[in-house]
Amino acid sequence: MPTLRDIRKKIKAIQGTKKITSAMKMVAAAKLRKVQDSMLKYRPYATKIQQVLADLAGAIETRGDVPPLLLRRPIKTVEILVITSDKGLCGAFNTNILRVAHKEINRLKGEGLNIVLSVVGRKARDYFRRRDFQLKNVWTGISGKLQYTHAQMIAQEMINAYVSEAVDEVIVIFNEFKSVIAQRVVINRLLPIGRIDLEPAEKSTFIPFTYEPRAPELFAMLLPIYIEIQVYRALLESQAAEEAARMTAMDNATKNCEELIRKTTLIANKVRQASITKELMDIVGGVEALKQSEG
Amino acid sequence: MDNKLKLEVITPYGELINEEVDEVYTTGAEGDFGVLPGHCAFMTALRIGSISYKKDGQMHYLFINRGYCEVLNDRVLVLVGSAERVEEIDIERAKAALARAEERLRRAQAGETDIDHARAQAALERATIRIQLATKLIPK
Repeated sequence: MPTLRDIRKKIKAIQGTKKITSAMKMVAAAKLRKVQDSMLKYRPYATKIQQVLADLAGAIETRGDVPPLLLRRPIKTVEILVITSDKGLCGAFNTNILRVAHKEINRLKGEGLNIVLSVVGRKARDYFRRRDFQLKNVWTGISGKLQYTHAQMIAQEMINAYVSEAVDEVIVIFNEFKSVIAQRVVINRLLPIGRIDLEPAEKSTFIPFTYEPRAPELFAMLLPIYIEIQVYRALLESQAAEEAARMTAMDNATKNCEELIRKTTLIANKVRQASITKELMDIVGGVEALKQSEG
Repeated sequence: MDNKLKLEVITPYGELINEEVDEVYTTGAEGDFGVLPGHCAFMTALRIGSISYKKDGQMHYLFINRGYCEVLNDRVLVLVGSAERVEEIDIERAKAALARAEERLRRAQAGETDIDHARAQAALERATIRIQLATKLIPK
């Protein structure tokens, strides 16, 4: 039986843990708000670019010049970009994505394709290093200070690999932010660009633009931006999902602490009462013994 | 002649500029161009460099990363990866970036293989333009 002092000490320790987890939850919530804010700010840029590209695609479709980034070829080598976080303590966030990624790699390997692996985040790096995977690119230290330049850098890397025909397809695996309590692992194809998703164009009438350079060249010049915004979106989504997952995990941890404190306090009370009872019995016993010796 | 242009500069970090201006100048894929009210519908890619615009008789300058520009119905839409007003350029930071890029390029030439030459080159270009803009244009 532990002594009362030990139990009191334990309660203090749990209370300390609870303070930390609830503080971490607040921090995660604040960071989530920040990421959501940048998602909101990025949206007009992304929609405008998509509209422009869709318009351009419409303008040149008939001419039959296909820019290299749209060109499909027989797939022999696939590059997979896995996006995780740098830090842990965010529940099943990283486990989920790494499990899906590993499965996808095995599936593609089963189809006889070569796999090239690139990762974002320390967690994915450690996971695949431990399993002796070759990593082509490793980007860490992005989460928390994500910049558009990070997306540009990653996109450029992917485009170079694709254009030089080192890889024939690029897919990205990341956590999508559905809501604060729900994240979903998404597998998207980055390259080749299939079709450009867009909202219905607002310009219904045809406008005779002057293009400089000519429309097909301009289109090819702007396509990398499309990849950039896709990568940026994936990184943003992943960050939001990470902070949301951390919030939930820390909320659960805080609740757990409360439960533990409640249970331990109950034990402490029982021990306290037991010792009081014992002391009382000792006193009563002593008094009885005295009475008997007197009588 | 009291026509105005609407200049919109949009980056992934949000809308930087949404103003009525008189003139806009920048560098397109095939050279410098200027836009005045009544310009024809025009689309081009933008190079790393600058945008300047005149408003109420005063010139304003922006540093821009590469991007896209569209002129339509007296509306100039600029979509760029990043942009900043010249007044906001941090010269010290740009100089540090320049030194870093130069150092990288030198090491790459000395035979170090793990250095991305293209990236260092781009960084050098950005830093140089930033410093040029900032030192030339910020009124002392």
